[in-house]
Amino acid sequence: MTSTSIVRLAQRATPARRNRRDWRGWAFVAPFMLVFLAMIIAPVVYAIGLSLFREQLFGGTVFVGLNNYLAVFQDAKFWQALGRVTLFLVVQVPIMLALSLTAALALDSARLHGAAFFRIAIFLPYAVPGVVAALIWGFIYGDQFGLTAGINDLLGAHVLEPFSAQAILGSIGNIVTWEFMGYNMLIFYAALRVVPSDIYEAAEIDGAGAMRTVFSIKIPALRGAIVIATIFSIIGSFQLFNEPNLLKILSPNVITSYFTPNMYAYNLSFAGQQFNYAATVAIVMGVITAVIAYVVQLRGSRQESI
Amino acid sequence: MAVTALARSPRAQLRAARKRDPRQRRSVVLTIVMALFVLYSVVPLLWLIINATKSQPDLYSTFGLWFGKDFTLFQNIVDTLTYRDGIFVKWFGNTLLYVVVGAGGATLLATVAGYGLAKFTFPGKRAVFAVILGAIAVPGTALAVPTFLMFSQVGLTNTPWAIILPSLISPFGLYLIWTYTIDAVPTELLEAARMDGSGEFRTFFTISLRLLAPGVVTVLLFAIVATWNNYFLPLIMLSDPTWYPLTVGLSQWSAQATGVAAQPIYNLVITGSLITIIPIVAVFLLLQRYWQSGLAAGSVKQ
Repeated sequence: MTSTSIVRLAQRATPARRNRRDWRGWAFVAPFMLVFLAMIIAPVVYAIGLSLFREQLFGGTVFVGLNNYLAVFQDAKFWQALGRVTLFLVVQVPIMLALSLTAALALDSARLHGAAFFRIAIFLPYAVPGVVAALIWGFIYGDQFGLTAGINDLLGAHVLEPFSAQAILGSIGNIVTWEFMGYNMLIFYAALRVVPSDIYEAAEIDGAGAMRTVFSIKIPALRGAIVIATIFSIIGSFQLFNEPNLLKILSPNVITSYFTPNMYAYNLSFAGQQFNYAATVAIVMGVITAVIAYVVQLRGSRQESI
Repeated sequence: MAVTALARSPRAQLRAARKRDPRQRRSVVLTIVMALFVLYSVVPLLWLIINATKSQPDLYSTFGLWFGKDFTLFQNIVDTLTYRDGIFVKWFGNTLLYVVVGAGGATLLATVAGYGLAKFTFPGKRAVFAVILGAIAVPGTALAVPTFLMFSQVGLTNTPWAIILPSLISPFGLYLIWTYTIDAVPTELLEAARMDGSGEFRTFFTISLRLLAPGVVTVLLFAIVATWNNYFLPLIMLSDPTWYPLTVGLSQWSAQATGVAAQPIYNLVITGSLITIIPIVAVFLLLQRYWQSGLAAGSVKQ
């Protein structure tokens, strides 16, 4: 009795305290914000600064305004890299998310034998470092002792050529799908679990079958999760680096130094010492990624409100 | 379709329907489909385990998904750990250091700040939100090059700090704790603690943290995965192999197999890869209960 009245009293006291400019929250937020400023904001500002200068063979570093940006927009290598990751994104992300969605719906259907085993087994690849995933698949793809070589021997012809120019994007897409399918499945599954069960009961009373329930209740309930997963997958695709950079060792002629925008920025910096230009590429990619992520989110939430 | 007894009440009908409901029955077809998913997910890992037991010549000459003529797993492990004066053990130790300090620190900072954002109103809170939300969209790798240049000017490259400091920030972790706190920690409880004269930090560490445990474990696990699997940042920051984490070390070993003075040590790369993933897989399996509930709670409010 008394405790509830104290609580009520305290609640009433809160607005008054708010007016007195309450700085206590800062004690909690300040350490994060300090490191955040040093590790996120400072590099961004520094990169913007770098992108406005150019190092010249003679005469040191000079201010060039937006010239680096103009150069990036006219750079065929940059466009080729951007086109490649865009193609990758348009094909790989829908396939991966469709697979994840199928697996999540199957888990949620309560019609599986050993659902807990399936859940953890499919998630397992997420825990494998991208480097190790690329190494394993690189070996499997290889014609020295890979499974691919075994299959080709069996068929008596070179049917599978994962490192050919036509197949390489698919080969990388397969690795990325393998790594993140289970993670996205869990995100979807977690979102499905919070759908109130009385909605299903109502649907059942109305005579809705399993498929109808999936398309009319479950998938609409997943919209938020799908938008989030899409955004993270887009960011991941634009940042593609680990897998192609490791497969480059096995397939140096097909994977160029500007295979993805990120590899391009990396090689500009550490092979070419063109730090100013590399920073410009990084900023342009950052802006493109942020804009696309924002548009996806906007579209996703607009459809939700209809 | 299953509803036949129209005269009964809806609830009774439902109960009757439930018994014969196809939703409740185990489906063989669906189980087979899921088995294919599992096969896809597990076969590469099986390949890794099987091939970690082979000698270098067997790798070339025997079928990938079955054991070789010699079972050399233990020899491979010994070779991996002792190759070049035990550099692999050094890499393993480095990775542990980066994970404990980096992921641990990131979790602590994100938890404290997420809690502060959820439970306090303070001047500038909106600005903090806007900046952090904006930062989630900034690709991590876009920051890597400028961070490298900054660090090289203050002499931090080629030191453990070059890996640890950037790992300390987890905007996603902060977001997860923030949403988790709103539901998990009742404001009334905090007010009651204040009435009893408990300081804000004492309340946080003695009361709130316990309520936040599943959320914190989730953030910690994902921070551990991110740090354990980190490749791009250490690749840029470190040139001295004695500071390499496992990921960069392994990729270096793998690259050693091609080129002019090629010295393939594929058996060591494979065994090293297996040793690299065992701890992280073990952590995930052991803490399953915590992170799955934390993930579920985080997904409620997207």
